[in-house]
Amino acid sequence: MLAKRIIPCLDVDAGRVVKGVKFVDIRDAGDPVEVARRYNEEGADEITFLDITASSDNRETIVHVVEQVASEVFIPLTVGGGIRTEEDIRRMLNAGADKVAINTAAVFNPEFVKQATDRFGSQCIVVAIDAKKVSAEGEPLKWEIFTHGGRKPTGLDAIEWAQRMSDYGAGEILLTSMDRDGTKIGFDNELTRAIVEAVPIPVIASGGVGELQHLVDGVKKGGADAVLAASIFHFAEYSIGEAKQFMDQQGVEVRQ
Amino acid sequence: MSQRITVIDYGMGNLRSVAKAVEHVASARDEVLVTDDPELILNSDRVVFPGQGAARDCMAAISDHHLNRAVLQAANSKPFLGICMGQQVLLEKSEENGGTELLGLFAGQVRHFPGGVAPDGEALKIPHMGWNKVNRQSDHPLWQGIDQDSRFYFVHSYYVDPEQQDLIAATTDYGVSFASAIARENLFAVQFHPEKSADDGLRLLKNFVNWKH
Repeated sequence: MLAKRIIPCLDVDAGRVVKGVKFVDIRDAGDPVEVARRYNEEGADEITFLDITASSDNRETIVHVVEQVASEVFIPLTVGGGIRTEEDIRRMLNAGADKVAINTAAVFNPEFVKQATDRFGSQCIVVAIDAKKVSAEGEPLKWEIFTHGGRKPTGLDAIEWAQRMSDYGAGEILLTSMDRDGTKIGFDNELTRAIVEAVPIPVIASGGVGELQHLVDGVKKGGADAVLAASIFHFAEYSIGEAKQFMDQQGVEVRQ
Repeated sequence: MSQRITVIDYGMGNLRSVAKAVEHVASARDEVLVTDDPELILNSDRVVFPGQGAARDCMAAISDHHLNRAVLQAANSKPFLGICMGQQVLLEKSEENGGTELLGLFAGQVRHFPGGVAPDGEALKIPHMGWNKVNRQSDHPLWQGIDQDSRFYFVHSYYVDPEQQDLIAATTDYGVSFASAIARENLFAVQFHPEKSADDGLRLLKNFVNWKH
């Protein structure tokens, strides 16, 4: 049977790896090629690069990063951040990415996801969803899609949005809880469970991992097919190997 | 001895990873060529035949690039490694796109996964995407140094069901037990992506590059 995947995520700004805590306080954690190589050696199942480069002058750097990584790291690579056109997707795939993650561009132009999956195939199109809980205590649970690092509400219901993206051919959902991102208190497992039950495609849980038990909870409580984390791996708090060993001990099927 | 290894390029999917992985394991003197030229393919020492996408599109692309004969000839005459769609199109017919005629080298069908729920309650999502176990059914030289039930990376919705059971070099479970690798004489073909399967994938590619057949 399929193993649950562990995916380290590298936020890349102008060619350097950084990790934003709640997307504001940004720290540097090294060279992306070095970090990717280390994760591969530790047994990462995939690697995701999120390009957070703001300046258009440095936009090309992520392409070179992907090219370099793809020449020496032979596991699936996903690239997100700033994917707005079919040309952006083509460039990333040609550079050696296996999948691209589309976020804001999908919110502004949902048809883009349909066009992208038609042209490149569902298997390489991931839709990234940034969701925040908007229901008050005691109300039925409800989450809304936010853009701009969690600052701008869109009025879109997260469950309906995930279903629509799946109908449009998305191959996978990368689901980030903006309430949890950077907090280290664990995934929003209710959110993950709600999305997993709403769509037939794999869901990657993201946002909030601070300890290894959180990874197990993402799978067991949230029902995620894969778990994504950044800072616990970057700062060598835990290795991917330790994470897998722990998950295995807790009865989660992983690749070892 | 230097050799020429050809990766067949017919416009279906990104071949860069396949070519990079083969270069990574090949000797520095080996030439790794990505081409759609039938003559270069037939003049090479080994052939890698990858592929991604829908069956109908793949067959149309093979035909548009005038590769039907070259692929079949290479598959019958020299060390040949099919990957993903490069495995599926070797059979007779696929259920994909309402029924698609394939190259027909092997009797059998390409079938869609049943989906549903596994005995342990897990949903069998389609496509079958991620790392699954590959259970060797033979002592083929391409398995050398790879443990039984090692995990390889898969992304697909259809699987091959060859009529001749002795073609099956490995099986994988995903609701059904399917032929994740088939082999005959000079030919080896896998459903998974060795170029994306970390050390075991590279080991299989290295075994292919060194395979004396």
